[in-house]
Amino acid sequence: MTDLVIIGGGPAGMSAAIAAYESGIRDILILERDVKLGGILQQCIHNGFGLHKFGEELTGPEYAWRYEEKVREYGIPFKTGTMVLDITKDKIITATNEEDGIFTIEAKAIVLAMGCRERSKGALNIAGSRPAGIYSAGTAQKFVNMKGYMPGKSVVILGSGDIGLIMARRMTLEGAEVKAVCELMPYSGGLARNIEQCLNDFNIPLKLSHTVVEIHGKERLEGVTIAQVDEKRKPIDSTREFIACDTLLLSVGLIPENELTKAAEVDLDRITNGAVVDQDRQTQKEGIFACGNVLHVHDLVDFVSEEAEIAGKSAANYIKSGAQNDMDAVIKTDGKIRYSVPQRITTKKDITVYFRVSDVFKNVKINVYKDGEQIYSKKKIKVAPGEMESIKLAGEKLDGAKELSLELEL
Amino acid sequence: MYDVSVIGAGVVGAMVARKLSSYSLKVCILESENDVAMGATRANSAIVHAGFDAKEGSLKAKLNVRGSEMMEKVARELGVKYKKNGSLVIGFNEEDKKVLSELLVRGNENGVKDLRILDKEELKALEPNISNNAICALYAPTGAIICPYELTIAAVGNAMDNGAELKCNFKVTAIDKTDDGYEVKSETETVKSRCVINCAGLYSDKIAAMIGDESFSVHPRKGEYILLDKECGNIVSHTIFRTPSKMGKGILVSPTVDGNLLTGPTSVDMEDKENKATAADGFEKIIKETYENVEGVPFNKTITSFCGLRAVGSTGDFIITSPEKGFINAAGIESPGLSASPAIAEYIADMLKEQGFELNEKADFNPERKPMHYFREASVEEKNEIIKKDKSFGKIVCRCEGVTEGEILEAIRTNPKARDLDGVKRRTRAQMGRCQGGFCSPYIVELLAKEMNIAYEDVTKFGAGSYINCSKTKEDK
Repeated sequence: MTDLVIIGGGPAGMSAAIAAYESGIRDILILERDVKLGGILQQCIHNGFGLHKFGEELTGPEYAWRYEEKVREYGIPFKTGTMVLDITKDKIITATNEEDGIFTIEAKAIVLAMGCRERSKGALNIAGSRPAGIYSAGTAQKFVNMKGYMPGKSVVILGSGDIGLIMARRMTLEGAEVKAVCELMPYSGGLARNIEQCLNDFNIPLKLSHTVVEIHGKERLEGVTIAQVDEKRKPIDSTREFIACDTLLLSVGLIPENELTKAAEVDLDRITNGAVVDQDRQTQKEGIFACGNVLHVHDLVDFVSEEAEIAGKSAANYIKSGAQNDMDAVIKTDGKIRYSVPQRITTKKDITVYFRVSDVFKNVKINVYKDGEQIYSKKKIKVAPGEMESIKLAGEKLDGAKELSLELEL
Repeated sequence: MYDVSVIGAGVVGAMVARKLSSYSLKVCILESENDVAMGATRANSAIVHAGFDAKEGSLKAKLNVRGSEMMEKVARELGVKYKKNGSLVIGFNEEDKKVLSELLVRGNENGVKDLRILDKEELKALEPNISNNAICALYAPTGAIICPYELTIAAVGNAMDNGAELKCNFKVTAIDKTDDGYEVKSETETVKSRCVINCAGLYSDKIAAMIGDESFSVHPRKGEYILLDKECGNIVSHTIFRTPSKMGKGILVSPTVDGNLLTGPTSVDMEDKENKATAADGFEKIIKETYENVEGVPFNKTITSFCGLRAVGSTGDFIITSPEKGFINAAGIESPGLSASPAIAEYIADMLKEQGFELNEKADFNPERKPMHYFREASVEEKNEIIKKDKSFGKIVCRCEGVTEGEILEAIRTNPKARDLDGVKRRTRAQMGRCQGGFCSPYIVELLAKEMNIAYEDVTKFGAGSYINCSKTKEDK
């Protein structure tokens, strides 16, 4: 029996492990599928990480090292090259690696920190041929930054997620020509600063309300046809335009990787595609916690670390003294606010609620109602789907709550 | 000098080569692409049809029923997944009911076993998610599912284990008749053989024309498919067809042997034999008709969509002919070609015998091949034994499908060897899951480069010009 097993040694997993250690837990094991700790940060060699957390601009590997250094300093055990194959609801973990073969571990508590994956081209059903030269932006990032190879020379990017924007700049710096970034929605899904620094600074056109409607080329990609879409997101035929390119990068969304979460029979939120959690990031299966991009997709790793600290600390408390719930309230959202994390409150204490909106809204008020009674209101000049929002709620205001309603007033 | 050259390594060529490798014959398989199973075999409905569809008395009917009977044993010998899940042809009205009764009679005449008509209740009991509008069905318990490229890879591999040779990227440009047989030529190579079996799929008419046989033509008929996540594999357990009409067999919904859900195909006659482009209206048709057949198919769980080209012959039946002694065409092998393939091989061997070629059974012919997915199917104890001997089986490379480095290396090292990313995919399922190779493909490229002793940037997706990377990055030059 191991006190705490953490699935994933990226920023979330390491941060949770450190928080648990600092809360007094010593019997910890991090299981990481890659050959090194650090997760996806390893291939994010651009800077901009850590502004919020450390007040300085770090590269991805530098940010990860801040945490890995601590893991090593504390002597927290970790196994790399180890893939978890299964987790049962009774917290029995099956994993495999080259040295141990397939083995099982029983855990008192588990922190799920498996991160997310990119939505693939297959899911898009783009018409046309199926040549080489179509990659998710993250795969291209791995080729360029980790392997040292260029996937292509002339590039169109579909989707304006942050990895896509980062890769637009990266490919340009490596000598490729990025001809356009097409975004289906009338707004970008990426951070405003990335649009500025990765597209505008390099004169790369961002075509909003545009999509790729056809793929051309037999062996290697030879071009794509793009088109503007109407308000129902249907392509407008008269706007079809051929762009010659040898590479199409997709940055069309990130999906939390919750196959193991499902195996453990943890309830999932249909909007976040991650677990339903309480303020401690505990799922509805006692002793199983979740944090980072496996829970919901974050914009900034700084917030991943923060969330993982909550999960690690809570897991430590659970290991020491079991579940200590004193209330049970659900947080509902109004649709303009798509989701919140946490989705439930089980302990009366000060909490931060994170959420995302469904569209760009200006001059709004964020209101919170406790069983119909307004307990919070905050003005905001602009909210956008690409930027995660948060509000802080005081514990004493939550007393006796059954349902909290999170609403956006236009 | 070979005894037989088999042109084309689709499922028909593979089955023919395997059958002929059971005799004391020197067999050479000539494939134009970088891998086997690259034509219609790669993209079809993956069904072993029971045999009620084809017109009684036709070659299609005869070879389908015989092939379907043989397939279970062939699959077992080759270590290929096969599941007799049964087929249901559903009807929505009295007109359909009449057609189903006719199909029942036809099926019985073709020799299909255990066919019967189900009423609405029986149908719902078998398939709870079937459309509420379906009122009856023809039930064919002998219908089955199989993975067509897995079957083909295994059959070619087994033929090679029994002495056959495989030449990939061999695009036949000419065939010359000689005193003792044929010279089959590509731009760079000539293969001499006593006999030629033309299993060239869409191009079988072009191959036949090379010896002056212009008795038939073959044209492509496009079929688009949408493949859904394994989460959806249990929505139906049988293969669901709708009652055939003038418009064809319509869209089917079927589980695959790997646990996914397959929907399709469309049916569009084409001219260009190379154009495998999918079209938006095709997807719309698939989605619409699937909803009509089965309730609640979640297309937001789509993993991939693809297109296959059926090789439709000009006669309406399979064209298995011998324009001259020693040259046999297996052309126009559209549906139910996959189902019929073992029987086609048998039929062609008989034709060779009739033509006076000596086919002596080899005493040391081994019909069995180690199952491609033996590791995946093994128990934890067995897996740990394997990992102890070769630790690369402990390392997961493809996280979505749980494929280990050991399995990928084996695919690159075992005949017919995987030589590109798609080849690894078809043999191991690596890159075939939810992320479609997003995470693992850079590492698989590395494994291919190392094993094949080629540069990283020379690894391709499916041979020829389908390169993955164009150069090293600036700093690294």
